[in-house]
Amino acid sequence: MSDLPWLQHLIIVPVLLPLLVGALLIPVDQKRHTLKFVLGFGSGLLLWGVALALLLLADREHWPQGIGVYLAANWSAPFGIALMVDRLSALMLLLTATIALAVLVFAAWRWDRVGVSFHSLFQFLLMGLNGAFLTNDLFNLFVFFEVMLAASYGLVLHGYNLRRIQAGMQYVPVNLVASLLFLIGVSLIYAAAGTLNITDLATRVATLGAQDAWLLQIGATVLALAFLTKGAMWPLGFWLPTTYASASAPVGAMLVLMTKVGVYALLRVWLAVFGDAAGTLGGFGFDALLLGGMVTLVFGAIGMLASQDGGRIAGYAAIISSGTLLVVIGHSGGAVLAAGLYYLLGSTLALAAFMLLIELAERIRPPGAALLAITMEAFAIEDKPEEPVGVGIPGTLAFLGLSFAACALVIAGMPPLSGFVAKFSLFHAMLDTAENAGSVAGTTWLLIALIVLGGLAAIIALTRLGVRTFWASGVLTPPRLQVSEAVPVGVLVLLCVLLTVRAEPVFGYLGRTADGLLHSAAYVDRVLGEPVVERARAGGLGR
Amino acid sequence: MELTLAIAIGVLFGSGIWLILRPRSFQLITGLLLMSYAVNLFIFAMGRLWVDQAPITATADIDPAQFADPLPQGLVLTAIVIGFATTALYLVLMIGARGLSGSDHVDGEEPRE
Repeated sequence: MSDLPWLQHLIIVPVLLPLLVGALLIPVDQKRHTLKFVLGFGSGLLLWGVALALLLLADREHWPQGIGVYLAANWSAPFGIALMVDRLSALMLLLTATIALAVLVFAAWRWDRVGVSFHSLFQFLLMGLNGAFLTNDLFNLFVFFEVMLAASYGLVLHGYNLRRIQAGMQYVPVNLVASLLFLIGVSLIYAAAGTLNITDLATRVATLGAQDAWLLQIGATVLALAFLTKGAMWPLGFWLPTTYASASAPVGAMLVLMTKVGVYALLRVWLAVFGDAAGTLGGFGFDALLLGGMVTLVFGAIGMLASQDGGRIAGYAAIISSGTLLVVIGHSGGAVLAAGLYYLLGSTLALAAFMLLIELAERIRPPGAALLAITMEAFAIEDKPEEPVGVGIPGTLAFLGLSFAACALVIAGMPPLSGFVAKFSLFHAMLDTAENAGSVAGTTWLLIALIVLGGLAAIIALTRLGVRTFWASGVLTPPRLQVSEAVPVGVLVLLCVLLTVRAEPVFGYLGRTADGLLHSAAYVDRVLGEPVVERARAGGLGR
Repeated sequence: MELTLAIAIGVLFGSGIWLILRPRSFQLITGLLLMSYAVNLFIFAMGRLWVDQAPITATADIDPAQFADPLPQGLVLTAIVIGFATTALYLVLMIGARGLSGSDHVDGEEPRE
């Protein structure tokens, strides 16, 4: 171990740190809220730092071609589990850590004490998310998915009330069945190709015989079904709006990220395995993703128009966002991919902020308060968080209104915020690739129309919700907001603004990310060529 | 042997699918269990079927054709543990739902006639 440069160990920190902190938090007494918060928040801060460091290391090519490889237990690549960090996974780690910090601060005033073990579960959720972003092994991906899901089952029920249990009764079985599909897909792929390492799989795809290739296609399709259930493609996403609407606000914000994990996994596996190097299997399934994404967009738009409640609107907005990303993967050109990743960043931040914001805005209207009372009763809370312990902020309504408007602008894709930049560059890239090909295909026009339509539905639904909440609710006394609740929302909104103002460097980074993803040969070089540490092997296994 | 195993997996999985489409949570969890058994057997079978062969050996020069594939065995072990834990978690949820709503319907309320 000592021969490995210490920077190399940074790659495994995002998995180990939350695991250790989460385990450490379990025996801590439930009443020591401050200690729990400090430990959890400290871990979040460290994770953020590590994610930023990994991002810089990957982008400055500290590792050749910007791909860092960590061989777990010093097994060389196709045999052991390799963790891999490239620009995309570093970016996702940073996004996760940013949203996690905001959510932790938001939850500190009240939400982390309406149930047991919030902070432990939260750390395990982070571990699962980070692991899923880092791993380069399909079965290991399954394990991290399960860690993430097990933690999310607990968190969705956090603040145990009837509504959450009813949502959990659907959320848990759907995901259990999806996990079974995941296993079937993984084992079929193993049967066909004899490997589970994604990079190794990519090298073997082109050389498979006809029968094995057929088996691999079935396996990959079943696997995609599992990913798409997480990513909520129509018709696999019916669980999502109910779960979003009933989860507590901080958990809802994390669910936004979890929906993106399905899309991320799909992007990772599909671009690596069914890219240009795949021979006859190249391009398998991309059309299905394109079509599925388009139907998902329509479904999300209709659902959004039909929803009254803020949580459901956010749920359908997440479905629209998933649909757009699926379309981007299906389209799979370099420039389109970069624009799609920019869209992913902006929409994830805005949706997470929106989930937190809805809960604050609900306080203007009485039903939200009633719901909380039921939670308290069912859980027999001794603390009375209704007695404010923090500092209220002035200009509550102005703050809520402005943040709401900003989130709505990003989600709907209206100028001047990042949603508009994202959609504009997406259309630009799509038309550009089409023009290079000679003529603009009908599907491209249909795609653009659908994405615009999704934006229109978002504007209508969000305007209606905004008018109802802020103008027509007839409140005279604005609700009390805590600084610790307002700041995370404010920071997430500001990040969306920053993403718009500094769009150029962000696009530069994302362009390099997309280029890297499309050159699968670099991954083969780096992952399969990573040498094991010789001395540790001689010392540890010598006999 | 292949046919027997394939039929067994198919029957288990098919019964599981039928059960998870039923409206009562007990039927649902039974279905999930049957499906996870089927999937575990399926993973095991994907390493090809071997009779009376060791998966791991200590000696260096071997003929791989004489040994069972150890990887699916490792995978299935992990899958059993994870499936068991998550199903147990669902059981807790089921009992909670039964207690709070007074109904074992998956929607948390009896269907209106």
